[in-house]
Amino acid sequence: MRRVLIIIVPYLWLLALFLIPFAIVLKISLSDVAMARPPYLPQFSWEDGLGAFLSQLDFENFTFLTTDDLYWKAYLSSLQIAATSTLLTLLVGYPIAYAMARAPDEWRATLMMLVILPFWTSFLIRVYSWMGILSQEGYLNQLLLGLGVISEPLIILNTKVAVYIGIVYTYIPFMILPIYAALHRLDSSLIEAAEDLGCSRAKAFWLVTVPLSRNGIIAGCFLVFIPTLGEFVIPSLLGGSGTLMIGKVLWEEFFNNRGWPIASAVAVVLVLILIIPIVLFQQNQQKQNEAQS
Amino acid sequence: MRLSWFNITSLTLGFAFLYLPMIILVIYSFNESRLVTVWTGFSTKWYGELLSNQAFLDAAWVTLKVAVFSSTLATVLGTLAAYALVRGARFPGRTLFSGMIYAPLVMPEVITGLSLLLLFIGIGLDRGVLTIVLAHTTFSMCYVSVVVSSRLVSFDQSLEEAALDLGCSPWDAFRLVTLPIIAPAVVSGWLLAFTLSLDDLVIASFTTGPSATTLPIKIFSAVRLGVSPEINALSTLMIAVVTLGVIIASLISKRNFVREQHGGEGRH
Repeated sequence: MRRVLIIIVPYLWLLALFLIPFAIVLKISLSDVAMARPPYLPQFSWEDGLGAFLSQLDFENFTFLTTDDLYWKAYLSSLQIAATSTLLTLLVGYPIAYAMARAPDEWRATLMMLVILPFWTSFLIRVYSWMGILSQEGYLNQLLLGLGVISEPLIILNTKVAVYIGIVYTYIPFMILPIYAALHRLDSSLIEAAEDLGCSRAKAFWLVTVPLSRNGIIAGCFLVFIPTLGEFVIPSLLGGSGTLMIGKVLWEEFFNNRGWPIASAVAVVLVLILIIPIVLFQQNQQKQNEAQS
Repeated sequence: MRLSWFNITSLTLGFAFLYLPMIILVIYSFNESRLVTVWTGFSTKWYGELLSNQAFLDAAWVTLKVAVFSSTLATVLGTLAAYALVRGARFPGRTLFSGMIYAPLVMPEVITGLSLLLLFIGIGLDRGVLTIVLAHTTFSMCYVSVVVSSRLVSFDQSLEEAALDLGCSPWDAFRLVTLPIIAPAVVSGWLLAFTLSLDDLVIASFTTGPSATTLPIKIFSAVRLGVSPEINALSTLMIAVVTLGVIIASLISKRNFVREQHGGEGRH
Protein backbone atom coordinates (compact mmCIF):
# COMPACT_ATOMS: atom_id res chain seq x y z
CA MET A 1 0.00 0.00 0.00
CA ARG A 2 2.79 2.40 0.98
CA ARG A 3 4.62 1.49 -2.20
CA VAL A 4 1.65 2.61 -4.23
CA LEU A 5 1.38 5.83 -2.23
CA ILE A 6 5.03 6.70 -2.94
CA ILE A 7 4.32 6.60 -6.65
CA ILE A 8 0.81 7.92 -6.73
CA VAL A 9 1.23 11.16 -4.76
CA PRO A 10 3.92 12.80 -6.96
CA TYR A 11 2.33 11.23 -10.06
CA LEU A 12 -1.06 12.82 -9.43
CA TRP A 13 0.57 16.12 -8.47
CA LEU A 14 2.41 16.34 -11.78
CA LEU A 15 -0.63 15.22 -13.76
CA ALA A 16 -2.76 17.90 -12.14
CA LEU A 17 -0.24 20.74 -12.16
CA PHE A 18 1.90 20.03 -15.18
CA LEU A 19 0.14 17.90 -17.77
CA ILE A 20 -3.43 19.14 -17.41
CA PRO A 21 -2.40 22.83 -17.47
CA PHE A 22 -0.49 22.19 -20.64
CA ALA A 23 -3.49 20.43 -22.15
CA ILE A 24 -5.52 23.54 -21.32
CA VAL A 25 -3.01 25.72 -23.17
CA LEU A 26 -3.32 23.43 -26.17
CA LYS A 27 -7.11 23.59 -26.01
CA ILE A 28 -7.25 27.37 -25.74
CA SER A 29 -4.79 27.77 -28.58
CA LEU A 30 -7.31 25.93 -30.73
CA SER A 31 -10.36 27.81 -29.56
CA ASP A 32 -12.04 30.91 -30.89
CA VAL A 33 -10.72 34.32 -29.96
CA ALA A 34 -14.10 35.55 -28.78
CA MET A 35 -14.95 32.42 -26.88
CA ALA A 36 -11.81 32.43 -24.80
CA ARG A 37 -11.90 36.08 -23.96
CA PRO A 38 -11.86 36.65 -20.22
CA PRO A 39 -13.83 35.98 -18.11
CA TYR A 40 -12.90 32.74 -19.61
CA LEU A 41 -15.43 29.97 -20.10
CA PRO A 42 -14.46 26.39 -20.83
CA GLN A 43 -14.13 25.69 -24.43
CA PHE A 44 -14.99 22.30 -25.74
CA SER A 45 -17.54 19.79 -24.70
CA TRP A 46 -17.27 16.09 -25.28
CA GLU A 47 -20.98 15.51 -24.87
CA ASP A 48 -21.87 15.94 -28.52
CA GLY A 49 -19.45 13.23 -29.56
CA LEU A 50 -16.10 13.16 -31.30
CA GLY A 51 -17.31 14.63 -34.58
CA ALA A 52 -18.59 17.76 -32.90
CA PHE A 53 -15.39 18.00 -30.89
CA LEU A 54 -13.24 17.88 -33.98
CA SER A 55 -15.34 20.44 -35.79
CA GLN A 56 -14.83 22.82 -32.87
CA LEU A 57 -11.09 22.77 -33.39
CA ASP A 58 -9.96 25.94 -34.94
CA PHE A 59 -6.52 26.58 -36.32
CA GLU A 60 -7.27 30.25 -36.83
CA ASN A 61 -4.82 31.31 -34.11
CA PHE A 62 -1.99 29.44 -35.74
CA THR A 63 -2.74 30.91 -39.15
CA PHE A 64 -2.86 34.29 -37.46
CA LEU A 65 0.69 33.69 -36.21
CA THR A 66 1.86 33.26 -39.78
CA THR A 67 0.03 36.30 -41.14
CA ASP A 68 1.11 38.84 -38.55
CA ASP A 69 4.83 39.19 -39.08
CA LEU A 70 5.46 40.24 -35.45
CA TYR A 71 5.33 36.59 -34.42
CA TRP A 72 7.56 34.90 -36.96
CA LYS A 73 10.00 37.80 -36.65
CA ALA A 74 10.05 37.24 -32.89
CA TYR A 75 10.71 33.51 -33.34
CA LEU A 76 13.52 34.16 -35.82
CA SER A 77 15.01 36.90 -33.67
CA SER A 78 14.89 34.63 -30.56
CA LEU A 79 16.65 31.86 -32.49
CA GLN A 80 19.26 34.30 -33.74
CA ILE A 81 19.85 35.87 -30.30
CA ALA A 82 20.01 32.46 -28.61
CA ALA A 83 22.45 31.13 -31.24
CA THR A 84 24.73 34.19 -31.19
CA SER A 85 24.86 34.36 -27.42
CA THR A 86 25.50 30.60 -27.17
CA LEU A 87 28.51 31.06 -29.45
CA LEU A 88 29.71 34.06 -27.44
CA THR A 89 29.29 32.15 -24.18
CA LEU A 90 31.39 29.34 -25.66
CA LEU A 91 34.13 31.78 -26.70
CA VAL A 92 34.24 33.38 -23.26
CA GLY A 93 33.67 30.18 -21.27
CA TYR A 94 36.11 27.83 -23.00
CA PRO A 95 39.33 29.61 -21.95
CA ILE A 96 38.06 29.82 -18.35
CA ALA A 97 37.18 26.12 -18.28
CA TYR A 98 40.53 25.30 -19.90
CA ALA A 99 42.50 27.31 -17.35
CA MET A 100 40.50 25.75 -14.52
CA ALA A 101 41.33 22.26 -15.76
CA ARG A 102 45.03 23.19 -15.90
CA ALA A 103 45.09 24.83 -12.47
CA PRO A 104 46.90 23.15 -9.55
CA ASP A 105 44.78 20.55 -7.75
CA GLU A 106 44.53 22.53 -4.54
CA TRP A 107 42.86 25.46 -6.36
CA ARG A 108 40.18 23.39 -8.00
CA ALA A 109 37.61 23.32 -5.21
CA THR A 110 37.86 27.10 -4.77
CA LEU A 111 37.64 27.78 -8.51
CA MET A 112 34.59 25.53 -8.78
CA MET A 113 32.93 27.35 -5.91
CA LEU A 114 33.68 30.71 -7.54
CA VAL A 115 31.96 29.57 -10.74
CA ILE A 116 28.92 28.20 -8.94
CA LEU A 117 28.49 30.99 -6.37
CA PRO A 118 26.86 33.53 -8.75
CA PHE A 119 24.36 30.83 -9.66
CA TRP A 120 22.98 30.95 -6.11
CA THR A 121 22.54 34.73 -6.23
CA SER A 122 19.33 36.13 -7.61
CA PHE A 123 19.13 35.96 -11.40
CA LEU A 124 17.15 39.20 -11.44
CA ILE A 125 19.86 41.03 -9.50
CA ARG A 126 22.62 39.71 -11.74
CA VAL A 127 20.77 41.05 -14.80
CA TYR A 128 19.97 44.31 -13.02
CA SER A 129 23.64 44.87 -12.12
CA TRP A 130 24.36 45.43 -15.82
CA MET A 131 21.80 48.22 -16.15
CA GLY A 132 24.00 50.58 -14.13
CA ILE A 133 27.09 49.56 -16.08
CA LEU A 134 25.72 49.83 -19.60
CA SER A 135 23.41 52.84 -19.42
CA GLN A 136 24.34 56.02 -21.23
CA GLU A 137 25.66 57.71 -18.09
CA GLY A 138 26.72 54.33 -16.66
CA TYR A 139 30.03 53.17 -15.22
CA LEU A 140 31.40 51.80 -18.49
CA ASN A 141 30.79 55.03 -20.38
CA GLN A 142 32.21 57.06 -17.47
CA LEU A 143 35.35 54.94 -17.53
CA LEU A 144 35.82 55.09 -21.30
CA LEU A 145 35.10 58.83 -21.44
CA GLY A 146 37.47 59.41 -18.54
CA LEU A 147 40.23 57.46 -20.27
CA GLY A 148 39.57 59.41 -23.45
CA VAL A 149 38.90 56.25 -25.47
CA ILE A 150 35.59 57.63 -26.72
CA SER A 151 34.34 61.18 -27.01
CA GLU A 152 30.64 60.40 -26.92
CA PRO A 153 28.86 57.88 -24.70
CA LEU A 154 28.18 54.53 -26.33
CA ILE A 155 24.60 53.41 -26.54
CA ILE A 156 24.59 49.81 -25.32
CA LEU A 157 21.64 49.49 -22.95
CA ASN A 158 18.38 48.72 -24.78
CA THR A 159 20.19 47.15 -27.72
CA LYS A 160 20.86 43.55 -28.71
CA VAL A 161 24.47 43.91 -27.51
CA ALA A 162 23.23 44.41 -23.94
CA VAL A 163 21.09 41.27 -24.30
CA TYR A 164 24.13 39.27 -25.46
CA ILE A 165 26.16 40.53 -22.50
CA GLY A 166 23.35 39.68 -20.09
CA ILE A 167 22.95 36.16 -21.46
CA VAL A 168 26.69 35.42 -21.47
CA TYR A 169 26.95 36.73 -17.91
CA THR A 170 24.06 34.77 -16.43
CA TYR A 171 24.43 31.50 -18.33
CA ILE A 172 28.22 31.11 -18.40
CA PRO A 173 28.37 28.62 -15.47
CA PHE A 174 26.29 26.21 -17.60
CA MET A 175 28.97 26.42 -20.29
CA ILE A 176 32.03 26.28 -18.04
CA LEU A 177 31.03 23.27 -15.93
CA PRO A 178 30.50 20.62 -18.66
CA ILE A 179 33.56 21.77 -20.62
CA TYR A 180 35.62 21.73 -17.44
CA ALA A 181 34.39 18.21 -16.69
CA ALA A 182 35.44 17.05 -20.18
CA LEU A 183 38.85 18.78 -20.05
CA HIS A 184 39.49 17.52 -16.54
CA ARG A 185 39.21 13.92 -17.72
CA LEU A 186 41.51 14.56 -20.65
CA ASP A 187 44.80 12.73 -20.44
CA SER A 188 47.50 15.37 -20.78
CA SER A 189 50.01 12.83 -22.13
CA LEU A 190 48.01 12.83 -25.37
CA ILE A 191 48.85 16.51 -25.88
CA GLU A 192 52.49 15.88 -25.00
CA ALA A 193 52.54 13.05 -27.51
CA ALA A 194 51.14 15.33 -30.22
CA GLU A 195 53.77 17.93 -29.40
CA ASP A 196 56.55 15.33 -29.40
CA LEU A 197 55.39 14.20 -32.81
CA GLY A 198 55.93 17.72 -34.15
CA CYS A 199 52.62 19.49 -33.62
CA SER A 200 52.81 23.13 -32.66
CA ARG A 201 50.99 24.03 -29.48
CA ALA A 202 48.11 25.61 -31.39
CA LYS A 203 47.84 22.64 -33.70
CA ALA A 204 47.86 20.19 -30.80
CA PHE A 205 45.06 22.24 -29.23
CA TRP A 206 42.91 22.09 -32.38
CA LEU A 207 43.67 18.47 -33.22
CA VAL A 208 43.64 16.91 -29.74
CA THR A 209 42.14 19.08 -27.01
CA VAL A 210 39.12 20.47 -28.87
CA PRO A 211 37.93 17.14 -30.34
CA LEU A 212 38.33 15.41 -26.98
CA SER A 213 36.27 18.07 -25.21
CA ARG A 214 33.60 17.93 -27.92
CA ASN A 215 30.93 16.36 -25.72
CA GLY A 216 31.42 19.02 -23.08
CA ILE A 217 31.14 21.75 -25.70
CA ILE A 218 27.95 20.27 -27.12
CA ALA A 219 26.38 19.82 -23.68
CA GLY A 220 27.31 23.38 -22.66
CA CYS A 221 25.90 24.85 -25.86
CA PHE A 222 22.55 23.12 -25.40
CA LEU A 223 22.40 24.09 -21.72
CA VAL A 224 22.75 27.73 -22.77
CA PHE A 225 20.71 27.64 -25.98
CA ILE A 226 17.59 25.89 -24.64
CA PRO A 227 16.77 28.24 -21.75
CA THR A 228 17.74 31.45 -23.58
CA LEU A 229 15.26 30.73 -26.37
CA GLY A 230 12.30 31.42 -24.07
CA GLU A 231 14.09 34.03 -21.95
CA PHE A 232 12.00 36.91 -20.62
CA VAL A 233 13.89 38.84 -17.92
CA ILE A 234 17.04 39.66 -19.91
CA PRO A 235 15.39 41.08 -23.04
CA SER A 236 12.86 43.06 -21.02
CA LEU A 237 15.45 44.67 -18.71
CA LEU A 238 18.42 45.05 -21.05
CA GLY A 239 16.90 44.78 -24.53
CA GLY A 240 14.52 47.74 -24.61
CA SER A 241 11.53 47.91 -26.89
CA GLY A 242 13.55 47.20 -30.02
CA THR A 243 14.70 43.71 -29.06
CA LEU A 244 12.20 41.11 -30.09
CA MET A 245 12.16 37.81 -28.19
CA ILE A 246 9.32 35.35 -28.12
CA GLY A 247 9.16 35.09 -24.30
CA LYS A 248 8.59 38.83 -24.13
CA VAL A 249 6.00 38.75 -26.93
CA LEU A 250 4.08 36.01 -25.10
CA TRP A 251 4.16 38.00 -21.85
CA GLU A 252 2.96 41.18 -23.51
CA GLU A 253 0.31 39.40 -25.54
CA PHE A 254 -1.03 37.92 -22.34
CA PHE A 255 -0.77 40.80 -19.88
CA ASN A 256 -1.20 43.82 -22.15
CA ASN A 257 -3.41 42.64 -24.99
CA ARG A 258 -5.28 39.95 -23.03
CA GLY A 259 -5.02 37.81 -26.15
CA TRP A 260 -5.19 34.44 -24.46
CA PRO A 261 -5.71 32.18 -27.49
CA ILE A 262 -2.87 33.90 -29.35
CA ALA A 263 -0.57 33.69 -26.30
CA SER A 264 -1.42 29.99 -26.01
CA ALA A 265 -0.70 29.41 -29.71
CA VAL A 266 2.64 31.24 -29.30
CA ALA A 267 3.45 28.91 -26.38
CA VAL A 268 2.56 25.76 -28.32
CA VAL A 269 4.78 26.74 -31.26
CA LEU A 270 7.65 27.58 -28.89
CA VAL A 271 7.41 24.12 -27.32
CA LEU A 272 7.44 22.53 -30.78
CA ILE A 273 10.60 24.48 -31.67
CA LEU A 274 12.25 23.51 -28.37
CA ILE A 275 11.66 19.79 -28.87
CA ILE A 276 14.38 19.61 -31.55
CA PRO A 277 17.33 20.87 -29.45
CA ILE A 278 16.07 18.96 -26.39
CA VAL A 279 16.00 15.64 -28.28
CA LEU A 280 19.47 16.34 -29.73
CA PHE A 281 20.75 17.17 -26.24
CA GLN A 282 19.33 13.94 -24.81
CA GLN A 283 20.99 11.90 -27.55
CA ASN A 284 24.31 13.59 -26.85
CA GLN A 285 24.01 12.85 -23.12
CA GLN A 286 23.14 9.23 -23.82
CA LYS A 287 26.12 8.79 -26.13
CA GLN A 288 28.33 10.31 -23.48
CA ASN A 289 27.02 7.99 -20.77
CA GLU A 290 27.55 4.97 -23.01
CA ALA A 291 31.08 6.08 -23.82
CA GLN A 292 31.88 6.39 -20.14
CA SER A 293 30.47 3.07 -19.00
CA MET B 1 51.88 22.01 -12.85
CA ARG B 2 52.47 25.71 -13.31
CA LEU B 3 49.91 27.88 -15.02
CA SER B 4 50.90 29.64 -18.21
CA TRP B 5 50.37 33.37 -18.60
CA PHE B 6 47.52 32.70 -20.96
CA ASN B 7 45.69 30.62 -18.36
CA ILE B 8 46.31 33.12 -15.59
CA THR B 9 44.93 35.90 -17.78
CA SER B 10 41.81 33.97 -18.71
CA LEU B 11 41.13 33.10 -15.07
CA THR B 12 41.63 36.71 -13.94
CA LEU B 13 39.52 38.21 -16.70
CA GLY B 14 36.89 35.49 -16.35
CA PHE B 15 36.41 35.98 -12.64
CA ALA B 16 36.57 39.76 -13.00
CA PHE B 17 33.72 39.48 -15.50
CA LEU B 18 31.74 37.26 -13.12
CA TYR B 19 32.26 39.35 -10.00
CA LEU B 20 32.85 43.00 -10.95
CA PRO B 21 29.20 43.82 -11.75
CA MET B 22 28.14 42.62 -8.32
CA ILE B 23 31.04 44.35 -6.57
CA ILE B 24 30.14 47.64 -8.27
CA LEU B 25 26.53 47.16 -7.20
CA VAL B 26 27.60 46.63 -3.58
CA ILE B 27 29.91 49.67 -3.59
CA TYR B 28 27.32 51.99 -5.10
CA SER B 29 24.67 50.88 -2.62
CA PHE B 30 26.62 53.02 -0.12
CA ASN B 31 26.47 56.06 -2.39
CA GLU B 32 24.79 59.08 -0.90
CA SER B 33 23.42 60.48 -4.15
CA ARG B 34 20.06 59.52 -5.60
CA LEU B 35 21.70 59.65 -9.02
CA VAL B 36 23.05 56.15 -8.85
CA THR B 37 25.96 56.53 -11.21
CA VAL B 38 27.47 59.64 -9.61
CA TRP B 39 29.48 59.05 -6.43
CA THR B 40 29.01 61.87 -3.91
CA GLY B 41 29.91 60.29 -0.61
CA PHE B 42 29.53 57.35 1.73
CA SER B 43 26.15 56.83 3.30
CA THR B 44 23.96 54.03 4.57
CA LYS B 45 20.78 56.03 4.17
CA TRP B 46 19.36 53.82 1.40
CA TYR B 47 19.43 50.88 3.80
CA GLY B 48 17.43 52.93 6.28
CA GLU B 49 15.00 53.93 3.57
CA LEU B 50 14.68 50.33 2.43
CA LEU B 51 14.00 49.00 5.92
CA SER B 52 11.33 51.63 6.55
CA ASN B 53 9.57 50.83 3.27
CA GLN B 54 6.61 48.74 4.33
CA ALA B 55 5.83 47.52 0.81
CA PHE B 56 9.28 45.93 0.51
CA LEU B 57 9.04 44.34 3.95
CA ASP B 58 5.62 42.88 3.13
CA ALA B 59 6.93 41.53 -0.17
CA ALA B 60 9.94 39.99 1.61
CA TRP B 61 7.64 38.29 4.09
CA VAL B 62 5.42 36.87 1.31
CA THR B 63 8.49 35.63 -0.56
CA LEU B 64 9.90 33.92 2.51
CA LYS B 65 6.58 32.23 3.30
CA VAL B 66 6.22 30.98 -0.27
CA ALA B 67 9.82 29.75 -0.35
CA VAL B 68 9.61 27.84 2.95
CA PHE B 69 6.29 26.13 2.15
CA SER B 70 7.03 25.35 -1.49
CA SER B 71 10.56 24.06 -0.93
CA THR B 72 9.47 21.80 1.93
CA LEU B 73 6.57 20.41 -0.05
CA ALA B 74 8.79 20.05 -3.12
CA THR B 75 11.42 18.17 -1.10
CA VAL B 76 8.87 15.62 0.12
CA LEU B 77 7.29 15.15 -3.32
CA GLY B 78 10.60 15.20 -5.15
CA THR B 79 12.17 12.61 -2.84
CA LEU B 80 9.13 10.35 -3.25
CA ALA B 81 9.32 10.78 -7.01
CA ALA B 82 13.03 9.97 -7.07
CA TYR B 83 12.46 6.90 -4.94
CA ALA B 84 9.64 5.75 -7.20
CA LEU B 85 11.78 6.24 -10.32
CA VAL B 86 15.00 4.67 -9.07
CA ARG B 87 13.75 1.92 -6.74
CA GLY B 88 10.19 1.41 -7.88
CA ALA B 89 9.54 -1.63 -10.04
CA ARG B 90 7.88 -1.13 -13.39
CA PHE B 91 4.54 0.53 -13.01
CA PRO B 92 2.04 1.62 -15.61
CA GLY B 93 2.82 5.04 -17.07
CA ARG B 94 6.44 5.05 -15.88
CA THR B 95 7.67 6.69 -19.08
CA LEU B 96 5.07 9.42 -18.77
CA PHE B 97 6.08 9.89 -15.13
CA SER B 98 9.79 10.34 -15.88
CA GLY B 99 8.85 12.61 -18.79
CA MET B 100 6.85 14.79 -16.43
CA ILE B 101 9.85 14.97 -14.08
CA TYR B 102 12.25 16.14 -16.78
CA ALA B 103 9.98 18.33 -18.92
CA PRO B 104 9.51 21.14 -16.38
CA LEU B 105 13.31 21.53 -16.20
CA VAL B 106 13.46 22.63 -19.84
CA MET B 107 10.04 24.26 -20.12
CA PRO B 108 10.35 28.04 -20.58
CA GLU B 109 9.07 29.82 -17.48
CA VAL B 110 6.60 31.91 -19.46
CA ILE B 111 4.86 28.72 -20.61
CA THR B 112 4.81 27.09 -17.16
CA GLY B 113 3.38 30.31 -15.74
CA LEU B 114 0.78 30.72 -18.47
CA SER B 115 -0.43 27.13 -18.24
CA LEU B 116 -0.76 27.19 -14.45
CA LEU B 117 -2.63 30.48 -14.55
CA LEU B 118 -5.10 29.07 -17.07
CA LEU B 119 -5.59 26.05 -14.79
CA PHE B 120 -6.19 28.19 -11.69
CA ILE B 121 -8.69 30.34 -13.54
CA GLY B 122 -10.34 27.26 -15.01
CA ILE B 123 -10.97 25.69 -11.60
CA GLY B 124 -11.81 29.05 -10.02
CA LEU B 125 -9.01 29.10 -7.45
CA ASP B 126 -8.36 32.54 -5.96
CA ARG B 127 -4.86 33.65 -6.88
CA GLY B 128 -2.45 34.56 -4.09
CA VAL B 129 0.10 32.92 -1.81
CA LEU B 130 -1.48 29.48 -2.20
CA THR B 131 -1.32 29.46 -5.99
CA ILE B 132 2.32 30.62 -6.03
CA VAL B 133 3.18 27.84 -3.56
CA LEU B 134 1.48 25.28 -5.79
CA ALA B 135 3.31 26.59 -8.86
CA HIS B 136 6.72 26.73 -7.20
CA THR B 137 6.31 23.29 -5.68
CA THR B 138 5.57 21.83 -9.09
CA PHE B 139 8.70 22.96 -10.85
CA SER B 140 11.09 22.70 -7.92
CA MET B 141 10.04 19.13 -7.02
CA CYS B 142 11.50 18.13 -10.38
CA TYR B 143 14.87 19.67 -9.48
CA VAL B 144 14.77 17.97 -6.07
CA SER B 145 13.97 14.65 -7.67
CA VAL B 146 16.92 14.93 -10.09
CA VAL B 147 19.33 15.75 -7.23
CA VAL B 148 18.00 12.94 -5.01
CA SER B 149 17.91 10.33 -7.79
CA SER B 150 21.57 10.84 -8.60
CA ARG B 151 22.36 10.00 -4.96
CA LEU B 152 19.96 7.03 -4.92
CA VAL B 153 21.54 5.59 -8.06
CA SER B 154 25.04 5.78 -6.62
CA PHE B 155 24.55 4.12 -3.25
CA ASP B 156 24.74 0.42 -2.52
CA GLN B 157 21.29 -1.13 -2.69
CA SER B 158 22.39 -4.17 -0.72
CA LEU B 159 22.30 -2.05 2.45
CA GLU B 160 18.55 -1.68 2.04
CA GLU B 161 18.18 -5.35 1.23
CA ALA B 162 20.16 -6.29 4.33
CA ALA B 163 17.82 -4.22 6.50
CA LEU B 164 14.82 -5.93 4.91
CA ASP B 165 16.38 -9.38 5.42
CA LEU B 166 16.99 -8.58 9.08
CA GLY B 167 13.32 -7.97 9.59
CA CYS B 168 12.80 -4.27 8.94
CA SER B 169 9.55 -3.26 7.35
CA PRO B 170 10.04 -1.42 4.03
CA TRP B 171 9.12 1.82 5.78
CA ASP B 172 11.67 1.24 8.57
CA ALA B 173 14.32 0.31 6.01
CA PHE B 174 13.64 3.58 4.21
CA ARG B 175 13.61 5.61 7.43
CA LEU B 176 16.61 3.97 9.15
CA VAL B 177 18.88 3.12 6.20
CA THR B 178 17.99 4.97 3.02
CA LEU B 179 17.03 8.34 4.42
CA PRO B 180 20.25 8.91 6.44
CA ILE B 181 22.33 8.00 3.37
CA ILE B 182 20.48 10.28 0.96
CA ALA B 183 20.09 13.06 3.57
CA PRO B 184 22.81 15.32 2.08
CA ALA B 185 21.11 15.17 -1.32
CA VAL B 186 17.73 15.87 0.28
CA VAL B 187 19.17 18.90 2.07
CA SER B 188 20.78 20.26 -1.09
CA GLY B 189 17.52 19.60 -2.92
CA TRP B 190 15.67 21.67 -0.33
CA LEU B 191 18.22 24.49 -0.61
CA LEU B 192 17.96 24.44 -4.39
CA ALA B 193 14.15 24.54 -4.24
CA PHE B 194 14.33 27.35 -1.69
CA THR B 195 16.61 29.53 -3.85
CA LEU B 196 14.61 28.78 -7.00
CA SER B 197 11.49 29.97 -5.23
CA LEU B 198 13.16 33.09 -3.80
CA ASP B 199 14.43 33.93 -7.24
CA ASP B 200 11.42 33.34 -9.41
CA LEU B 201 9.84 36.31 -11.14
CA VAL B 202 8.05 34.96 -14.20
CA ILE B 203 6.01 32.09 -12.76
CA ALA B 204 5.08 34.13 -9.67
CA SER B 205 3.91 37.03 -11.86
CA PHE B 206 1.57 34.75 -13.77
CA THR B 207 0.18 32.86 -10.80
CA THR B 208 -0.23 35.63 -8.23
CA GLY B 209 -3.19 37.85 -7.65
CA PRO B 210 -3.52 41.35 -6.23
CA SER B 211 -3.26 40.02 -2.67
CA ALA B 212 0.32 38.75 -2.86
CA THR B 213 3.39 40.52 -4.25
CA THR B 214 6.73 38.75 -3.99
CA LEU B 215 10.10 40.46 -3.73
CA PRO B 216 11.19 39.67 -7.32
CA ILE B 217 7.90 41.12 -8.64
CA LYS B 218 8.47 44.24 -6.55
CA ILE B 219 12.11 44.53 -7.68
CA PHE B 220 11.17 44.00 -11.32
CA SER B 221 8.55 46.72 -11.34
CA ALA B 222 10.95 49.15 -9.62
CA VAL B 223 13.87 48.28 -11.88
CA ARG B 224 11.90 48.61 -15.11
CA LEU B 225 12.01 52.37 -14.61
CA GLY B 226 15.79 52.37 -14.22
CA VAL B 227 18.49 51.89 -11.60
CA SER B 228 17.48 52.85 -8.08
CA PRO B 229 19.54 53.18 -4.88
CA GLU B 230 17.03 51.27 -2.74
CA ILE B 231 17.25 48.31 -5.08
CA ASN B 232 21.05 48.50 -4.89
CA ALA B 233 20.81 48.28 -1.09
CA LEU B 234 18.35 45.39 -1.31
CA SER B 235 20.58 43.56 -3.80
CA THR B 236 23.56 43.99 -1.49
CA LEU B 237 21.65 42.48 1.41
CA MET B 238 20.60 39.53 -0.76
CA ILE B 239 24.15 38.98 -2.05
CA ALA B 240 25.45 39.12 1.54
CA VAL B 241 22.97 36.49 2.72
CA VAL B 242 23.84 34.11 -0.14
CA THR B 243 27.61 34.55 0.30
CA LEU B 244 27.32 33.91 4.02
CA GLY B 245 25.15 30.84 3.41
CA VAL B 246 27.57 29.37 0.87
CA ILE B 247 30.59 29.99 3.11
CA ILE B 248 28.88 28.34 6.09
CA ALA B 249 27.76 25.38 3.94
CA SER B 250 31.25 24.86 2.55
CA LEU B 251 32.81 25.06 6.02
CA ILE B 252 30.36 22.44 7.30
CA SER B 253 30.98 20.11 4.37
CA LYS B 254 34.74 20.56 4.76
CA ARG B 255 34.52 19.66 8.45
CA ASN B 256 32.42 16.60 7.65
CA PHE B 257 34.90 15.63 4.96
CA VAL B 258 37.83 15.90 7.36
CA ARG B 259 35.94 13.93 9.99
CA GLU B 260 35.09 11.19 7.49
CA GLN B 261 38.71 11.00 6.39
CA HIS B 262 39.89 10.66 9.98
CA GLY B 263 37.13 8.18 10.79
CA GLY B 264 38.16 6.16 7.76
CA GLU B 265 41.79 6.09 8.83
CA GLY B 266 40.78 4.97 12.32
CA ARG B 267 38.88 2.00 11.00
CA HIS B 268 41.57 0.67 8.70
